[in-house]
Amino acid sequence: MTTLIALVVAAVTFGTVLMYGTLGEILTEKSGNLNLGVEGIMYMGGAFGLAGAFYYEKAAGAAVNGPLAVTIAILSAFAAGMAASAIYSFITVTLRANQNVTGLALSIFGTGIGQFVGEFMRVSEGGYVALSNGLKTFFASPVFPPFLVNIPVAGRIFFSHTVFFYLAVLLAVLMYLFLQKTRCGMYLTAVGESPATSDAAGISITAYKYLATTIGGGISAIGGMVYIMTTAGCVWNHEGLSGVGWLAVALVIFCMWRPLNAIWGSILFGAMMIMYLRVSIPFIPTEIYKILPYIVTVIVLVLTSMKNSRDKQPPASLGNNYFREER
Amino acid sequence: MSTENRTPLLRLAKRSEMDPRKVWCIRVASIAIALILGFIPILLTGNNPFAAYGVIVQGSLSRPIYIRQTVKIAVPLLGCALAIAPCFKMKFWNIGAEGQITMGAVAATYFALFWADKLPHFPLLAIMFISGAVAGGLWALIPAFFKAKWNTNETLFTLMMNYIAIGIVAWLQGGPWEGRKGSQLIPMFSDNARIPTVLGVHCGWVIALVLVVLMYIYMNRTKQGYEIAVIGDSVNTARYAGMNVGWIMMRTMFLSGAISGIVGFMIVSGANYTLYSGVANGVGFTSITVAWLSQLNSFAMIAISMMLAILEKGSNTLQTRMEIPASIADIITGILLFCMLSCEFFINYRLIFRHRERKEVNV
Repeated sequence: MTTLIALVVAAVTFGTVLMYGTLGEILTEKSGNLNLGVEGIMYMGGAFGLAGAFYYEKAAGAAVNGPLAVTIAILSAFAAGMAASAIYSFITVTLRANQNVTGLALSIFGTGIGQFVGEFMRVSEGGYVALSNGLKTFFASPVFPPFLVNIPVAGRIFFSHTVFFYLAVLLAVLMYLFLQKTRCGMYLTAVGESPATSDAAGISITAYKYLATTIGGGISAIGGMVYIMTTAGCVWNHEGLSGVGWLAVALVIFCMWRPLNAIWGSILFGAMMIMYLRVSIPFIPTEIYKILPYIVTVIVLVLTSMKNSRDKQPPASLGNNYFREER
Repeated sequence: MSTENRTPLLRLAKRSEMDPRKVWCIRVASIAIALILGFIPILLTGNNPFAAYGVIVQGSLSRPIYIRQTVKIAVPLLGCALAIAPCFKMKFWNIGAEGQITMGAVAATYFALFWADKLPHFPLLAIMFISGAVAGGLWALIPAFFKAKWNTNETLFTLMMNYIAIGIVAWLQGGPWEGRKGSQLIPMFSDNARIPTVLGVHCGWVIALVLVVLMYIYMNRTKQGYEIAVIGDSVNTARYAGMNVGWIMMRTMFLSGAISGIVGFMIVSGANYTLYSGVANGVGFTSITVAWLSQLNSFAMIAISMMLAILEKGSNTLQTRMEIPASIADIITGILLFCMLSCEFFINYRLIFRHRERKEVNV
């Protein structure tokens, strides 16, 4: 039982990272932009989030304020992600370059920047960049008071997570409401499905694509920051972060472009990614666990394309740029 | 008056044809701009950008041994870009070269590990070559089959296949093919399974250059190459002309995967002499940008892959000499790609200002 609870808690911790990445990419892809730069965006989010918190602590000294540090980390990651995806939007939406290639270029660029900033901080600060222990525990500790966390079983499962998890769930719900219940959200879906029709209806394709992609990129970047601040223990760790962005791209498919599915989907993927550390099933090598998320995604992808049901498809214009005079 | 206000200040139109000399001017200018933008991160580290670029060129080209190392980096990029070209021409977005390289490497490694003592040198290499090609091709065929049959999204499918392939190698590394127990390493190949060197670099570069010519002929002079181009322009036209689009897709993807698989064989048998999960090391992704920036022209790919290899090799020297993190290579590569992608806009589109257009009408 304790193993199971520990597994759930660990899955949620890693799943939170994925959830931000996925939610951001869902918003991006809803506009018809397939941004394959999530990997780079999350690297940048991780590096700049850490830098934000680190330099804030350095400036504030003993007067450091936990909630403010968290806010600064979130904002600097968000800003880095927005900047990265603004480059992507400019090149694909305004200059109409191929989305796949631009996304890959952003991946290369973003991982480079993330590494560079991480290394640069390490060198300029003389060896080791880490937050103080007090701040570290603040980032990784549960947000609810101890009496809730200490409820047997349920306390650990529902109340022991960091503030980032609850924010991510809130974000997923908000995004669901936005896409399903508001006019703006429906317009966004329309842009992703058929830009030509939306354009004829008077919707500004450029504005929707830009906004969805930059805000989506910002959200994805927060995921990178959460990884560095919770799992990696507030130290720059590029090895752990590598591949997380691609996993988020996979999750978007698994969730069928629905924010609410992202909540359980990312926890499930988180569990699959860390299961090999906690549970060993005889005859199944641990390395095979790790490819499970990708195999599951492929199966989902194939099944949905075989069924061809209309509500379980990628946005119809995904990956294509829109030019009004092109028919 | 009112009609004039309705015309936007700036609008776009497709350009039909542009003077080739002008096109190349724009492309060269975009590379220059990228290199200038690359000053920014170097300046941030407090170094002189000119000196830094000097070190990059010096560290990659100043001595024969450096040139060999640079070529060694460029060969897989070039080979893999050639593999990707026919797919992208067909508008089949194969971003699974990483996995196809890996599977080719796995097949070649199988023969290198278990048949090296049973076969003579050249037959062994031939079998490794062929098995690498077949394994890469089959790995690429899986997403192509589903695309042809059920129109499954190939971008996402090929992407997932990469990580499955890498996971398989990770499993082999720690399981059935592990050398010393607990080492998590596959043993080094015996000399019998290593490809010979030509001018100090493994002969993969000769294979790659031969492939450049073959791919050029295939794409421009054969019926199959023409079919690929037609599908890329319009799937409906191809269907109307009686082409079996699904079959052509699978054939092209098999070919593409096979070339990637050969690249995988060259990497394990010519450079690493062993197999590990990072065998493709991002080549599959970077080569996509190489292929695209070369406009899918195989000869241009030689130049672009060399350029990226110089950056990568030179940045390693930069790190040791000036303490600039080697990740600067990725940053400059990224900037380079952004600029070159952007410059195509000015080649393909024409900006029309409201003011100028009125003048034209008056004339």
